[in-house]
Order: sequence, then C-alpha cells, then structure tokens
Amino acid sequence: MELYMSLAIGVLFTVGVYLILSKSLLRIILGTSFLTHGVHLLLLTMSRLKTGAAPLLGEKAESYVDPLPQALILTSIVISFGVTSFFFVLAYKAYQKLGTDDMEQLRGKEDE
Amino acid sequence: MNNLLVLPLLIPLCTAVLLVFLKERIIIQRWISAISSLLNVAVAGLILYQVKTDGIQTLYMSGWVPPYGIVFVADMLAAVLVLTTAIIGSFCLFYSFRSIDTERERHYYYPLFQFLLVGVSGSFLTGDIFNLFVCFEVMLISSYALIVLGGTRLQLRESLKYILINILSSALFVAAVAYLYGVTGALNMADLAVKVAEAGQGGVLNVIAMLFMIVFALKAGLFLFFWLPGSYSAPPTAITAIFGALLTKVGLYALLRTFTLIFYHDQHITHSWIGWMAGATMVLGAIGALAYKDIPRILNYNVIISVGFIAFGLAAANKDAFDGAVFYLLHDMVAKALLFILGGIIIAKAGSNKLEDMGGLIKRYPYLGWMFFVTALAIAGIPPLSGFAGKLMIIRGGIAAEKYVLVAISLASSFIVLYSLIRIFMAAFFGEERSVQNHSGEGGKLPQAEDQVKVRQAGITGLLLPGAGLLAIVIFMGIGAEWIYSFVQVAGNTLFDPTIYIDAVLKE
Repeated sequence: MELYMSLAIGVLFTVGVYLILSKSLLRIILGTSFLTHGVHLLLLTMSRLKTGAAPLLGEKAESYVDPLPQALILTSIVISFGVTSFFFVLAYKAYQKLGTDDMEQLRGKEDE
Repeated sequence: MNNLLVLPLLIPLCTAVLLVFLKERIIIQRWISAISSLLNVAVAGLILYQVKTDGIQTLYMSGWVPPYGIVFVADMLAAVLVLTTAIIGSFCLFYSFRSIDTERERHYYYPLFQFLLVGVSGSFLTGDIFNLFVCFEVMLISSYALIVLGGTRLQLRESLKYILINILSSALFVAAVAYLYGVTGALNMADLAVKVAEAGQGGVLNVIAMLFMIVFALKAGLFLFFWLPGSYSAPPTAITAIFGALLTKVGLYALLRTFTLIFYHDQHITHSWIGWMAGATMVLGAIGALAYKDIPRILNYNVIISVGFIAFGLAAANKDAFDGAVFYLLHDMVAKALLFILGGIIIAKAGSNKLEDMGGLIKRYPYLGWMFFVTALAIAGIPPLSGFAGKLMIIRGGIAAEKYVLVAISLASSFIVLYSLIRIFMAAFFGEERSVQNHSGEGGKLPQAEDQVKVRQAGITGLLLPGAGLLAIVIFMGIGAEWIYSFVQVAGNTLFDPTIYIDAVLKE
C-alpha cells in the first residue's frame, strides 16, 4: 500500500513542480496546492498504513492507527489553507493593479 | 518547569489580539504596543538571568513530559536570542511610530508586527520540530502581510515571489518532518537527537539532514538567497529592518540547532556542504554588494554576506567557531536593524535610493552621517566595535578546523562589506549637495520615496533616537565583549556538547 501511495505522492509532486515552473500565476498557485496535497499524503504514509481502528477510544479495538500524523496533517491543512487564500487574494489584487498574470512580465525593472 | 518561558509568546500574542479591536485609535495602539514591547524586554531579561544562574529552563505544556507533549526550552542560545529579538522589536517599533504612514498604521500594522514577534520568539524557544514549523508559519504569514501592506506596485510584485518561495520551503519542511517521523518516530528535538544517535546517522538520515539543510537555507538566505534582494527592497524600511534583523536569523538559528543537536554525526558530509554553501554565499553576496548602486540592494546583499559568515561558524564546528557564530549572530541582528533604519532615513532625506542622486547630506545631517559611519565600521568588524570579537572567534575556529579557503573568503568579504558601506557613506554624505525637493515630486520614478513621505517630513531627531539606542548597544557589545562573552560561552558549550541540552529536556 505504501508503494502505491508513494507513487501517487510522486505524481502530485511532479505535477506541482511542473505547474509552479509555468508562467501563469494561477497555474503556480494551483501547483502549490498540488504540492501541499502531496506533502500531506506523505505525512500520512510515513506513519505506516497499518490497518487499525480510527483513533477513537470508543471503538474499543485491538489496535488503532497512529493518531499523531493526523494531528500534524490537520494543522498543516489549515495553515496551507490560510496561506493559499492569502495568495489568491494577493494574485487578484496584483492582477488588478499590475494588469498581468504573466510572471515573465512581473520581473521587470521599470518600478525600481 | 518554569512558566515564565511562555511569556515571550504570550505578551505579544495578547497585545496583537487586543490591538485588532482598536483599529482607528492609532495613539492607543502605539501606547499599548510600546508598553508590551518593553514588558517583553523585561521578561526576556529575567529569563536570561534565570538561565545564567540556574541553567537550562524547560516548560512542559500542560504537564505532559517529553517526548509526549510540546516542550519549551530556554538554553543560553535561545535566551540571548529572545532578549535580542525583544530589544530589536522595541527599537523597530519606536522607529515605526515615526516612519510608518497613518494609512498603514490604520490597517493593522501594529498587530501584524506583534504576531511577527510571536513567531520569532516561538521559533527560538520551542523544543519540538513540528512546533518549530508552526512558529515559522506564524512568523511567515505575518511577514507576508507586512511585506504587502500598503499595496504599491513594487510591493505586490515582489511579495508574490516571496510568498511562493516560502510556501515551497514550508512544504519541503513538512516533507522533511514526515520523513524524519517515518524513520525515528519522534518529533521532540531532544528525543530525536537520542534516536538519531542510537540509529547511527548515515544513509537515509543523511538525506533527511540535507533536506532540512535545503529548507533552512531557503529561509535563511544561505546560498539559496535569490528571493531575498528583491523582496527585501519592497516594503518600507521599518519593516525591512525587522525582516533583515530577525527573519533570516531564525533560519540560521534553526540550522544551528538541528545541525548541532540532531545531525552532527556525519560532519564530513553535512558540515562540509554547509561550509561550501557559506563560502558561495559570501562570494555571491560580495559580488552583489559591489554590483549595485542603490542603497536597499547594497544593504540586502550585506545581510546575505553575514548569513554566509555565521554559517561558516557552524561549518567549522569547534568551540571557538560556535562561540563566534553566536556572538556574531547577536551582533548582526542589532547591527542590521540599525543599518536598515539609518539607510531608510538616508533614502528618505535624499529623496532617492540611487547613489548617484544623492550627496552632501553631511552638512545638514551630521549625526546621521557619523552614526552610519560607525555602524559601517562595526559591521566590517573594526576592533573596538561589536563585529570584531565574533569575527575573530569564527576565523580562529576556522583556522583550527583547517578550512583555510573559507577563512580567506570570509576575510576578503569583510573588506568588501566595508567598501560597499563606505561607498554609500561617501556618495550620500560628501560631494556636492543636491536639491532634495526636486526629486520628491517624481513619485512614479521613486517607489521608495512614495512610501516615505512621513519619514521625509519627520524631524531628524525623532527618527535618529531609535537608531542611537541601537548604536549604543553596538558600541556596548564591542567594549563589553568580555561580559557578553560570559553568556555566549555558555551558549557555545550547549552547541558543542548536545548532551547538556538533551539531559536538561529529558531529565524528569
């Protein structure tokens, strides 16, 4: 199971990196989303995907899955959600004010 | 157990939350943030005193003993850095009162400033690697907001890149934590240190160490600094001062901590990489400092050079070099805040950030000129001032570690630092006087100037006072180097012998 997860994470990383290297700002933001999805799945996979009950003591199971990575992922998800929404609003604002979403045109020196 | 340790986070956090409710009342915002920053200095001083007298202080959150809970650890390194952060925070805050325009102040400048201090102090104090990530994010998200606050064209353009780079490095940080958790099953730094030592570093742990190195190098501007010169020239100088003084230094602290506590077993791989990155950083930073003719760029490349210098102290990895790295880190935080504040005043008073557009300021602003001169000497490391002792110890450590090429590079970089800063001094203060008022009209051509109307209109005395305070500290750190060394030496001991830290955290 870990192997398939690793392959999926690898695909997510590849797509993320490819999108981040593109010119359009929206594609870049999309790329960062793919990358963070990959990272969160990696965090889940790294705690071994053993079968066990959900980490609720009411389940009264023999064994539970590791609860720690789930807490870490939850933290990381809300952080990346906050950052992504900020990034989107910033991109919108930058598009309004600078009139372009092409990163090639955003490197200019004319304002310095 | 010492509940005092949480106060360097709690004070700015509560202040920030309180300030959010006082949006329109700028005077009250200023008073509250000033009082809280002074309180923060007092608390940080008390923590430093306790660490000095009683050794390393720990705080187990909710009484969960490590490795199960989050632990806050104030060893000497963290304590001195928290105190320096609090001091620089208050001076930059006082400078902001004079220099940040009302429109920015109304839009939550002071709360964001306090949140930034929360993140920085938290990163220094935490003893848990995932909590370090969270504190990094607290610091970075407030820095995103601060870098774009005001929304000029330049700020919007540069903050896009800054945010992208930091999202990328944060994602890599989480990936590195995931790998490390997968291998060791631990998150507490002391526990990680024990487990890595047991497992024997090598193979996969070296790869993880390199991943951490890339992450922290991106944050610190160590070799991977391509994002720094552009981003740091966008916001107003009060913000750049706090960024230049604190943000890169948090990355350096994280490098120092992880590579002396956790990944110190395979030094011929990890530390020699850090060494070469440090050398390359100094060379490339020096080229940048020589190449540009505008003040923000020159100052930003000076930040990069000093990052390389401190990383060289880490790479040399002996007692002298660690002492020197800590000493130079403290000096550099204060000196860079001072340098950016003075540079900002010069830009505002000259009405331009280009060297060729300014001149003859010494006639009207003699104190500003000589303060800048002394700061330049301190940063270059001229003996009676604060930069000297740290540089001497790092270079002595470098010679003892037989890293002669890096020693040569770091000595040469000191000359270039001196040359680049004195070039600003000569261009801005001597020569024929130019009419400032002519420039102030061309807002489109001078993006810095448009942010700095308030600085230009403010009296020079009020602007210089925070700078004078920082300059007094720089001079004191040079003259009282022996006294500072009594603290730095203890910090160096912990870096050199990680068992001190591990025993203090895992003792009970």
